[in-house]
Amino acid sequence: MTLTAKDVAEITRLLEESSFDEMILELDGLKLALRRGASATSARRPEAASAAEREAPPAAAPAATPAALPDEKMQDVTAPLLGTFYRAPKPGAAPFVEIGSVVEEDTIIGIIEVMKLMNTVRAGTSGKVADILAQDGALVEYGETLMRVTRALPA
Amino acid sequence: MTIRRILIANRGEIAMRVIRTCRRLGIETVLAASEADRDSMPARLADRTVCIGPARPGGSYLKVDAILQAALGARADAIHPGYGFLSERPALAHACEEQGVIFIGPTAAQIESVGDKLRARAQAQASEVPVVPGGAVGSTADAVALVRRIGLPVLVKAVGGGGGKGMKRVDRLEDLPHAIQLAEAEAGAAFGDARVYIERFVTRGRHVEVQILGDGRGEVIHLGERDCSTQRRYQKLIEETPAPGLSEAFRGRLHEAAVRFARRMAYRGAGTVEFLVDLERDAFHFLEMNARIQVEHPVTEAVSGVDLVAEQIAVAAGEGLRRAQSDVRLRGCALECRVNAEDAMRDFQPSPGRVRGVRWAAGEGIRVDTHIEAGAWIPPYYDSLMGKIIAHGQDRDSALERMWQAIAATRIEGVASNLPLHCTVLANREFQRGGVDTGFLARLLERRPIFVEAQLG
Repeated sequence: MTLTAKDVAEITRLLEESSFDEMILELDGLKLALRRGASATSARRPEAASAAEREAPPAAAPAATPAALPDEKMQDVTAPLLGTFYRAPKPGAAPFVEIGSVVEEDTIIGIIEVMKLMNTVRAGTSGKVADILAQDGALVEYGETLMRVTRALPA
Repeated sequence: MTIRRILIANRGEIAMRVIRTCRRLGIETVLAASEADRDSMPARLADRTVCIGPARPGGSYLKVDAILQAALGARADAIHPGYGFLSERPALAHACEEQGVIFIGPTAAQIESVGDKLRARAQAQASEVPVVPGGAVGSTADAVALVRRIGLPVLVKAVGGGGGKGMKRVDRLEDLPHAIQLAEAEAGAAFGDARVYIERFVTRGRHVEVQILGDGRGEVIHLGERDCSTQRRYQKLIEETPAPGLSEAFRGRLHEAAVRFARRMAYRGAGTVEFLVDLERDAFHFLEMNARIQVEHPVTEAVSGVDLVAEQIAVAAGEGLRRAQSDVRLRGCALECRVNAEDAMRDFQPSPGRVRGVRWAAGEGIRVDTHIEAGAWIPPYYDSLMGKIIAHGQDRDSALERMWQAIAATRIEGVASNLPLHCTVLANREFQRGGVDTGFLARLLERRPIFVEAQLG
């Protein structure tokens, strides 16, 4: 490989000072991609299709939900990532919310533990908790409905 | 006492690492694996694998009686705990002492005294090693009062912890109660001890730690230091040795402080004394001692030529230290990159799943410690470490260039990895100059940097 880390640091500087956002370079079998901004798409990010291929270990089957009629007043709060869901800040403590609790968008409704890290889950919507589907300590999958919130209707 | 068979109470790359040294030494290995790891690479390579429980660590890797039972049932002479899990729980070391199984590590009493970070602070002070201002968290009111006294920002840390788990930075007093709650939950899940304490957050510090080896009778040597300042949310990303830019006098004071601390308790086995280095003030403070083999131990092995796992086993078998301080020679520079299954582009979300394909780097001065091969399953129950790439060179520049090539040559398909982050850091001028502080990576990411990805064909 001909390009060293020092060379690439220099190329990065040139790109930084330019008005361009992206640079792709292929040289001696080395593919180099430089992109401005952390939200840039990554060639190494698994394509969307592979998400379906990822086998989740046998999850505690999501509690069978009655095929509820679409209800505009109801909002699902879904799991932002796969992991173990906890309703309370620590074992034995009072749950963050109960059925009937009033939540705001940034109200914490639970914690999801992934790879030993605790991630705060917020309601993302405001209203009243109508139903709690995810069990405390259960493995929840990405996108699984954790709770349902009756949206506060504009007066 | 001769050790002929070792039970490995761990998983992943560190299980592989212990198996490798055992094979070289002609020691049989028994792997204690959870259901999720039955088909893992270490399970295949160990002489024998016993399933100790379900995937969730609470029912397997954290279960003292299951592990001890497995060791007794498999007639193992000793247990190697690796890092994390039960490695720093006095309960396992204690149970081993009672059952006559050798615990490859310090005594239960030593684990207890350094594992309780508040007691360790007191020991550091008694060894004339300076500590960071801080103290215990009783009630929320106490915590608020303490923070008012020592000043913001502060770190909430797990009394029983390490490795960044259960650690939260607090910049505003009103965030303190929730941070304490989260830290307690994380600490409880990771260490089985939910107590936390508070320390002043030093905004521009470097994390430098000293590797020591003790014979348990008062003899202690050091094998140099490691700089682990390239970290994000207290998760180390890149480690290196020697720490760049320290004067020889400063380096010597650091080594001496670590040896003084470990010698005072007649420490047994391999351990690490962590310091927060404040270069502007030409000062350092004791952070904690890790009473285990560390994830980043290979950089020390690269420059010293010492197999730390073999030394752990020798000390456990009563052979003592096999070299004097004057026999230790540290040559060149080494870096380690931790390759994690996490998406650096999406706020570092862990990315468990099935690895479709993998190609690790090889070459002069390159070592890879991993348990990941094509088809490997990365369960969501454990940490996201897939492997470590270690590059050794005659100086920092050559080690860094070797690492750059190794990262570019590495390919992982099926799960997201942090390889692009490694490329970005290695190609960063500040990192290349050396001596970055612990805030470097967070500042870099905040600036929405130019992300670099390099891939060799």
